[in-house]
Amino acid sequence: MENLERILSEHPFFADLDKSFLSLACGCARNAHFEGGRFIFHEGGAADNFYLLRQGRVALQISAPGRGANTFLTLEPGEVFGVNWLVPPYRWSYDARTLESARVIAMDAHCLRNKCEADHDLGYDIMKRLMPILIERLHATRLQFLDLYGAHV
Amino acid sequence: MRRAFSFSISTALMSEAADPSGRAAPPMVPRIAHVRRRRHDAPDAWTLELEMSDGAPLRYAPGQFNMLTAFGVGEVAISMSGDPASGPLVHTIRAVGPVSHALTRLGAGQLVGVRGPFGVGWPMAQAAGKDVLLVAGGLGLAPLRPAIYRLLGERARFGKVTLLFGARRPEDIIFRHEVESWRGRFDIDVEVTVDHAGADWRGHVGVVTGLISRHEIDPAATVAMVCGPEVMMRFVAMALVDKGLAEDAMYLSMERNMKCAIGHCGHCQLGPTFICRDGPVFTFARLKPLLSVKEL
Repeated sequence: MENLERILSEHPFFADLDKSFLSLACGCARNAHFEGGRFIFHEGGAADNFYLLRQGRVALQISAPGRGANTFLTLEPGEVFGVNWLVPPYRWSYDARTLESARVIAMDAHCLRNKCEADHDLGYDIMKRLMPILIERLHATRLQFLDLYGAHV
Repeated sequence: MRRAFSFSISTALMSEAADPSGRAAPPMVPRIAHVRRRRHDAPDAWTLELEMSDGAPLRYAPGQFNMLTAFGVGEVAISMSGDPASGPLVHTIRAVGPVSHALTRLGAGQLVGVRGPFGVGWPMAQAAGKDVLLVAGGLGLAPLRPAIYRLLGERARFGKVTLLFGARRPEDIIFRHEVESWRGRFDIDVEVTVDHAGADWRGHVGVVTGLISRHEIDPAATVAMVCGPEVMMRFVAMALVDKGLAEDAMYLSMERNMKCAIGHCGHCQLGPTFICRDGPVFTFARLKPLLSVKEL
């Protein structure tokens, strides 16, 4: 557990997190490894984990009939994915697939939600870490939607 | 008012263009060039290699542009995209309007009108001794390519050189083989991202600002050169500000509707500046108050 706590503390998402919060969060965490090209989760499934990427690369994808899988974001070590764990109905809204062998910290969503509910200070701290990521991704999606490099510009 | 305007035009007509070759080149009169080669670079972009028909090379600085005439159709401003130190005059053109469509359809031997070079280019002198961060979006890589040639040609004069390049889709990556060869070099860091990709794309997906947030820079020792759609440049500039880069250390190349290219007609006017004459490259410090005015 100590080792996992150290790994968690070294991930940018939990950088400078209060030690007592870190111990609480660590109780929900486990190490996981996925081979390259493997789906970590599928759109529509239960959002039962929150993932912190440590090694490897992960693609977030949405499939459309006749158009196959479209990648809208790739993630590097130090980034997080699976943020649907926080918001009802706790369901994945896209696929996550490894582009290469990946090591992650998987945080049990039910456990983490309960701890955030029980300790609002922890919940607020995690919320403050998640919100900038969500806003940045929303903004990036808007820019992608604008199709800036299209011939109409 | 009319008299003053007429005087300015006639003065400009008599003056020489900024041509380091020293040739007297009336700025409103095109020189004739012929197409040496035409290469397809992206689904809607072609690169033309031109040779001046009078044999005198057209010298220019990275970031400058020419007005190219498709005879019988019209004239359009296009940045140089080749190596300013050697080789033919090179322009990379996206077919978006009648003139650019006509230009991209020209084949070897056909004639083009060339006025220029015009404008203020990239700050190569200010970048000496510093790290250089180039951020390109879409066809914005074309005006940056002469700067990349200069940086690589005089590599010892500069610190860390990085190119962050965002394209629409993998098939829209211009100068693809060259970008791949730059990626293979040890003296330039290259990161490419696309906005949209199929499952077979192994590279980054996401907007180019995402590459900036992942990239470490030394703000006190970095000069940034940015070229792409105006919206993209605005957000890139803000991302660089977030990284601590000073607003006068980042340079943006603006694209507006240029007609005369000598600061008289006003078509490219942005507030108090003329993009053709005072730019197209400006510091973000100078552009920031103008870019925030939506009507401009």
